[in-house]
Amino acid sequence: MNTNLALLLLLAPLLGFLFNIFFGKNIGKTASGVVGTLTVAVSFIATLIFFLQINETKEAVQIDLFNWMRTNNFRVNFGLLLDQLSILWLLFVTGIGSLIHLYSISYMHDDENMHKFFAYLNLFVFFMITLVIGSNLLVLFIGWEGVGLCSYLLIGFWHKNQEYNDAAKKAFIMNRIGDLGLLIGIFIIGSLFSTLDYTTLKTAIASSSNLDLSMISLAAFALFIGACGKSAQIPLYTWLPDAMAGPTPVSALIHAATMVTAGIFMITRLNFVFDLAPEVQNIIAIIGAVTSLVAATIALVQTDIKKVLAYSTVSQLGLMFLALGFGAYEVAVFHVITHAFFKACLFLGSGSVIHALHGEQDMRRMGGLKKVMGITFITFLISSLAISGIPPFSGFFSKDEILMTAFQHNVVLWVIASLASLMTAFYMFRLLYLTFYKDFRGTEHQKSHLHESPGLITFPLIVLAILAAVGGSISLPTNSWLNGYLAPLFSKEAHEAHHFGTQEYTLMAVAVIGGLVGIGIAFAKYIKQNQVPAEDAEITGFAKVLYNKYYVDEIYDAIFVNSINALSRFFRDYIETALSAFVFGLGKVTNEISYQGKKLQTGSIGFYLFVFVLGLCSIVTYLFLAQ
Amino acid sequence: MNVSLLLIILLVGAFATYFAGDKLASKVALLFSLVAFGISIALLNAYNAGENISFFKFWINKPAISYSLTADGLSLIMLLLTTALTPLIIYSSFGNEYKNAKSFYALILFMSFAMAGTFLASDGLLYYIFWELSLIPIYFIALIWGNGDTEERKKAVVKFFIYTLAGSLFMLIAFVYLYQKAGSFLIEDFYKLDLSRMEQFWIFWAFFLAYAIKIPIIPFHTWQAKVYQKAPTVGTMLLSGIMLKMGLYSVLRWQIPITPIASKTYLPILIGFGIAGVIYGSIVALRQKDLKKLLAYSSLAHVGLIAAGCYTLNSDGLRGAVLQMLAHGFVVVGLFFAAEIIYRRFETRTIADMGGIRTQAPKFASLFMILVLASVALPTTFNFVGEFTVLYSLAQINLWFALLGGTTIILGAYYMLKMYQQVMLGETNTKVFADVTLHETVVLVIIVAVIFIFGLYPRPINELITPALDQIVRTLYKIQ
Amino acid sequence: MTNILNEIGIENYIFLSVILFCIGVFGVLYRRNAIIVFMSIEIMLNAVNLLFVAFSTYHQDAQGQVFVFFSMAVAAAEVAVGLAILVSIFRNLGSIDINNLKNLKG
Repeated sequence: MNTNLALLLLLAPLLGFLFNIFFGKNIGKTASGVVGTLTVAVSFIATLIFFLQINETKEAVQIDLFNWMRTNNFRVNFGLLLDQLSILWLLFVTGIGSLIHLYSISYMHDDENMHKFFAYLNLFVFFMITLVIGSNLLVLFIGWEGVGLCSYLLIGFWHKNQEYNDAAKKAFIMNRIGDLGLLIGIFIIGSLFSTLDYTTLKTAIASSSNLDLSMISLAAFALFIGACGKSAQIPLYTWLPDAMAGPTPVSALIHAATMVTAGIFMITRLNFVFDLAPEVQNIIAIIGAVTSLVAATIALVQTDIKKVLAYSTVSQLGLMFLALGFGAYEVAVFHVITHAFFKACLFLGSGSVIHALHGEQDMRRMGGLKKVMGITFITFLISSLAISGIPPFSGFFSKDEILMTAFQHNVVLWVIASLASLMTAFYMFRLLYLTFYKDFRGTEHQKSHLHESPGLITFPLIVLAILAAVGGSISLPTNSWLNGYLAPLFSKEAHEAHHFGTQEYTLMAVAVIGGLVGIGIAFAKYIKQNQVPAEDAEITGFAKVLYNKYYVDEIYDAIFVNSINALSRFFRDYIETALSAFVFGLGKVTNEISYQGKKLQTGSIGFYLFVFVLGLCSIVTYLFLAQ
Repeated sequence: MNVSLLLIILLVGAFATYFAGDKLASKVALLFSLVAFGISIALLNAYNAGENISFFKFWINKPAISYSLTADGLSLIMLLLTTALTPLIIYSSFGNEYKNAKSFYALILFMSFAMAGTFLASDGLLYYIFWELSLIPIYFIALIWGNGDTEERKKAVVKFFIYTLAGSLFMLIAFVYLYQKAGSFLIEDFYKLDLSRMEQFWIFWAFFLAYAIKIPIIPFHTWQAKVYQKAPTVGTMLLSGIMLKMGLYSVLRWQIPITPIASKTYLPILIGFGIAGVIYGSIVALRQKDLKKLLAYSSLAHVGLIAAGCYTLNSDGLRGAVLQMLAHGFVVVGLFFAAEIIYRRFETRTIADMGGIRTQAPKFASLFMILVLASVALPTTFNFVGEFTVLYSLAQINLWFALLGGTTIILGAYYMLKMYQQVMLGETNTKVFADVTLHETVVLVIIVAVIFIFGLYPRPINELITPALDQIVRTLYKIQ
Repeated sequence: MTNILNEIGIENYIFLSVILFCIGVFGVLYRRNAIIVFMSIEIMLNAVNLLFVAFSTYHQDAQGQVFVFFSMAVAAAEVAVGLAILVSIFRNLGSIDINNLKNLKG
């Protein structure tokens, strides 16, 4: 029963993918969309069943399907592990996945390759489920690379545009840098513990008395690099903003709600490894905090609506890493979930706006949409409040827990994270004001076509907005259902209902005030003073640096891409030629010797006879002398 | 079941193809190659049933040379690779017209015969004869049916011929020396020899020259790119799909077990050679203008990793290397076939002249994409199984090896995706590109199926090769 | 037989055959007419034969004489073939001057 249900959960999206690839074109656009949505919904229902089951029994289900690979010291099964963490993750992956599929039916309706879009989307969900559900690191790695592939396919979905293809390629390659780190981590863990299976690994670590802590730290660090690649942390974050080249539902599903949280999933999954490496945890916390701040500063001045959201995602992911670095896994997971709700809602909302404006993404050409797009506006507002950490919306609870954890461990990082939160509130409301308030700044043609999006688009928005509003209730500061639910995963007792004192309330107040200040600045600037961001050419000073993302892309290009290309040209033009010339040179030397030798062959018999006699004489002489 | 039957069928097939005439040649060749494939499957069954697959007959008494064939798991898997790829390669050429087709197809079968013989021979001199014999057909195939400027082609092919021949000469010297010591050319007698460190040193490097040129390991690779580019695609497939595996197989079968001390001594250097090949090949591949040359350099990179796996001398490394050999064999044939498919329509191999094919040929684009992904070793493809095992074994020796060898994951993705983007994506090409025909689809689908089946379930192959590889490792470490 | 050898002395035979051999060598080196070169070679051959016979008698061993017969037979065959070649060359070129025979020049 469990096995079949788990297989259904795993394979339904794969079947959807196969169906849409082979028959999608014939059955029509809407039908292929419906098939795609239904298969993910099936997975969602299966997950729900498992969820109810585990909520009751509290026991994880492990299913080994078949023996996949082997090395000398371990075998790797294609196994599934359904425990609290994976089921929780599956819930929002398949849940939000279904909503976004539904949304896409309407959103992508004008695209000629809609069946392919749904096929890839289904494939993505399949790989994401594999990533989450796998019972060992190698099955996780299938999903890990698989989602990277789907991300590549979907970013470059409009493949006639080579810029989009560049973005897709960049995403794939930067992810692969992380993947190498992950692989190295897997190698170290495999050779240390002779297993890649989570459950066995946990027991092995728990029971082992003399652990090689330096190797474990190295493994943890390598795994963290993997997480950096997938979850867009410094220094591997630059692909995520570029990934916005893909259709908006893709940005919502892959680059906000699910795939980018894979790094957090992996670290949470291997919490028992990371707990043994405190110095790596410190690095994680610092990287997380710095990423959140850097990304937030960049988001302050971006004018592309999706780019703002992309940097906001990077920033929020940074906050989650900050929590991970302090070993507060359940806090990070909490923020992953609330973030999935409000960020998916924000992306889908921006998609709705872009849809209404026929592809316009520049906020300088928007404005005044509140009147026409009521539902989109309200959902967008709720989500913005949530991400800004305004009570009682979900983001308030999760972000507050992160900040509180940070304060307990390191005040500097807390300051950084709080600053990032303040900026978050500012740029989110900057976005909101520029998009929905004041007058419309686009063309007359666009203005005449403004409309609220159809029901298939607004329905997911409403659902997600509700979740973004009330999602915080799963882990209230005093009574946390989530912490109890996840407790079996973690070795140490999870922050048992912190005792709530003045300090906590003060922190909470500071966080909320910070959020309100951010909103206030945005209000003053864009509503009171009626400002509109300057055109590209007019941006000067530090804003220009921010607008150009600190020129990180340019620096990377100059240091890595260009140098490797220069090296390639050098190898191709010089080393290859030199090696080839050397081999030909050997041939030429032989040739030259034989050419010189040829001259001895005069053809004169007299000369031959003379040489012959000379040779004879020398042999005879030698024989005499030898004796 | 007599193992010679396989060789006889291939040889008879070569003659039959020649006498069948130009019209029928391709079909007769396909028939015989399929029969040969059937026979190797039968041999596999016999082997799995516990039968001892070998054949022994004295050939020349003095010096003692015998016609001795033995097949263990390793030989069998290489035979299967050879006999499976041969019909595939022949079938892939069906869309093309060749002048003097009877000789062309006869040479393919003859080459298949020689390569199968190399994988089977357990007598040093017999092995050497097969080894050199395989060079002759590819020389003519590349020279006569190749493309591009005749003079340049001749130069490249003759260079290849002489280069590999010169390398093999050192191997022959090594064999003669071993014969002096052992009194026979039989491989088990070679294994039993107790060679001094100095002797092993010389024999090791003599073997190395022959194999390094054949495989090729940098810096002995200079023949490769030009020949791959100039040879007809069928020839390129034979070379990259099967023939370079002869070198790798020989490392496992002949070089390492005969000279264990030397192999252990030079282990870091040899792995270094392999990994240098990975990085160098990948970087050079980044900036190639010719599709076939790009694939040639990617092949150089992959083979470098396989060679590194062979020289780790642990059973993980050997197993990974063999798995990767098989995977690479199929994928590289597929990739070269994709290049051929484009050439059939656009009559160009210059990447800059392509682009915008995906909109016109979605089926081809998907199949090509899968091959590209397999080539960059995405999990669930066969290549991943091999690459993971090899990298894991490298990590056992030194983490830096794994890290440096692992750059193939990044660089491979870079040059392959860049190539795919330039070749397939972008604005619709102005030239018409018809989607794949039925028989092209068949070839590609077979390859894709193999990639996924063994990518998800490599266990049968693991079980077949592991005993043979463990035997090699035991031979290695017994003589300490 | 022994008497003759005793009377003349083995060393004189050796001198004679060395002289004959040297005459042959110089004939080969300095003459340009192919037939004379040929004859010089025969002289060298016979010088060796003479030495064979002399040593054979000296050592009381018949093997040397057997070898002489053998080499005479070979020489006869060689002459037959060689002269035939010379005749053929003369017919083609009208001369048997070895300085003119330079077709083997590389």
